[in-house]
Amino acid sequence: MSSQNDSGGRGGPWGSGARPGSDFQDLVQEGQDRLKQIMPSGGPGRAIVFAFLGLVVLSAWGAWTAYYTVPSDSVAVVQRFGKYLKDVPPGLHFKLPLGIDVATIVPAKRQLKQEFGFATSGATDPYQSPRPRDEERETQMVTGDLNAGLVEWVVQYRISEPVKFLFEAREPSETLRYVSESVMREVVGDRTVDEVITIGRQEIEAEALTKMQALSSKYALGINIDQVQLKNINPPQPVQGSFNEVNQAQQEKEKLINEARRDYNKVIPLAEGERDQRIREADGYRLKRVNEAEGDVARFNALLAEYNKAPEVTLRRIYIETLQEVMPSIRSKIIIDERTRSILPFLNLDTQKGDRP
Amino acid sequence: MSRVKQMVILAILGIGTYALMSSLYTVSEVEQVIITQFGKPVGAPVTSAGLKVKVPFIQDVNTIEKRSLEWDGNPSNMPTKDKLYISVEVFARWRITDPLQYFLRLRDERSAQSRLDDILGSEIRNAVAKHELIEIIRTAKDRVPQRDALLTAAERDQDIGSLVPIQKGRKLVEQEIFAEAATKIRVFGLELLDIRFKRINYNESVRPKIYDRMISERRQIAERFLSEGNGEAARIRGNRVRDLNKIQSEAYRQVEEIRGVADAKATGIYAKAYNQSPEAVAFYEFTRTMQAYKPIIGENTTLVLSTDGDLFKFLKGIAPKGGLVSAQRSGDQ
Repeated sequence: MSSQNDSGGRGGPWGSGARPGSDFQDLVQEGQDRLKQIMPSGGPGRAIVFAFLGLVVLSAWGAWTAYYTVPSDSVAVVQRFGKYLKDVPPGLHFKLPLGIDVATIVPAKRQLKQEFGFATSGATDPYQSPRPRDEERETQMVTGDLNAGLVEWVVQYRISEPVKFLFEAREPSETLRYVSESVMREVVGDRTVDEVITIGRQEIEAEALTKMQALSSKYALGINIDQVQLKNINPPQPVQGSFNEVNQAQQEKEKLINEARRDYNKVIPLAEGERDQRIREADGYRLKRVNEAEGDVARFNALLAEYNKAPEVTLRRIYIETLQEVMPSIRSKIIIDERTRSILPFLNLDTQKGDRP
Repeated sequence: MSRVKQMVILAILGIGTYALMSSLYTVSEVEQVIITQFGKPVGAPVTSAGLKVKVPFIQDVNTIEKRSLEWDGNPSNMPTKDKLYISVEVFARWRITDPLQYFLRLRDERSAQSRLDDILGSEIRNAVAKHELIEIIRTAKDRVPQRDALLTAAERDQDIGSLVPIQKGRKLVEQEIFAEAATKIRVFGLELLDIRFKRINYNESVRPKIYDRMISERRQIAERFLSEGNGEAARIRGNRVRDLNKIQSEAYRQVEEIRGVADAKATGIYAKAYNQSPEAVAFYEFTRTMQAYKPIIGENTTLVLSTDGDLFKFLKGIAPKGGLVSAQRSGDQ
């Protein structure tokens, strides 16, 4: 006390010690003295001052820890002295302060995802992406025909039971990553490389989802698997070329067959058309022949009818008409009487060609 | 009050508060607690959560994890029964079910993990060495794979694209490992909950061989496609030649048939007409020959004719023998 007075300064606050620079000290002294006035005895005053200050700090901290907000996509789990108390829905809530009640916020309504074999940037959830070294190793798998493949996939899930999620398993999200990898390898391990790369994707997704859900329930992770989606699936890098060769060979086969078919179609319909054409021409020939024959015959029959009425005259007429038509064009004609038959060998028949008849 | 008395009261108050605080402790839902007195455990383990009381100062609280815990094995290379080197990673779930035993034997989690590394690691190695690779890859014995329709024929001939058959399968192997390891860790107060293969991959040294096999399999399939394509194309080309010949020869046959029928019919018509009576025959002979003279006899012909013939007989006289006029005359007389 006496020391306080001494350090207090020159004269009390009631005095007029207007010494410059000691205004603050005067204020403190004033406060202390005021407190002293309240207290009946001045002995434990210092301790009481500190106790009072401590109480102020404590109540401030208590107020600070007495309320909490739960975001709209989450649920809070409250523990009192460590023991589970209740689930709390979104909003502003109050709890016992100073660490008696602890509220853990769990994003129970948000759909979360985990990626395997690749990572999209900007992820806030540390369990969403593979560890940097693991990205490639996560994709490598052995198939049921002892071939190798590279598989990327995504698991979408929700925390369906926050209490289980917090209290049953340590590191449930990390455990889910192990479960996911193990199940995917189990499912891929029962399939051929062709099924994995092309035709069996949907079946793999469905079976993986069922098995992951079963394990998640068995391990009591409090997690519900919503969807398993396969992303890029490839054969291993050194083998990709030969898988492409197979595709190219398939296309080449189609091309060869189509070319052969094209040639066939160029030739055969044309030949069929030509065949029909020739048959028709033959038909035409047939009609022509028959018609000409019938025409000739009709003409002959008409002539025959007239001949039958006057045979000799008709014959003579036709004979003379024909010869009359034919004879003029002959250059050399020799008319010999029957009785002069013997001169025939002496005639120079060659020279008769150029003479006039 | 005297100063000393005040200090004593203060001291007693302080110690009292501290003692109070030291006698209370919380147990969370995820913890179980062993109380030790001077380093030795006393009493049963505390497994329920909440605010608990103990003897202050001399008793200590040792918290032990109550939740199920993960064990993640490091990737290790090991051979299978069929001498394939693979890289295996396994994960397990375990729990401290006897905290007292755990506390006495292991004391903390680091030694527990190390003990698990040893036990589980060796059990896994044993199991892998006892089985062929396919036994830990596949699970369902009777599964029939889906087949790519386009590749089916090619694959069947080469015996590719089918699943390698198994006796036991992954599940049974995991169960074997589980059974062996669970008994071994129980003595430490630990319970093994599950153990599963997380990753199985070919070792780096084995991969080139596997890749070569895959490449050659695919090459065989590709070559088969090419040869199928060529074969089918050749077949179609052969069809083309065959069908062409067939059509052309059929055309020839039908044309000749029709022409034959036509010629026969025409011949029939002619014959019927020219043959209808002896007069017709003679008349046809005459008229047809007359018709023939016209083109046959031309410029370069040299004719030697007799006056006895029908054309020039009148050159000798009006009524030659055998003529119509002479016949008439003789008829008149």
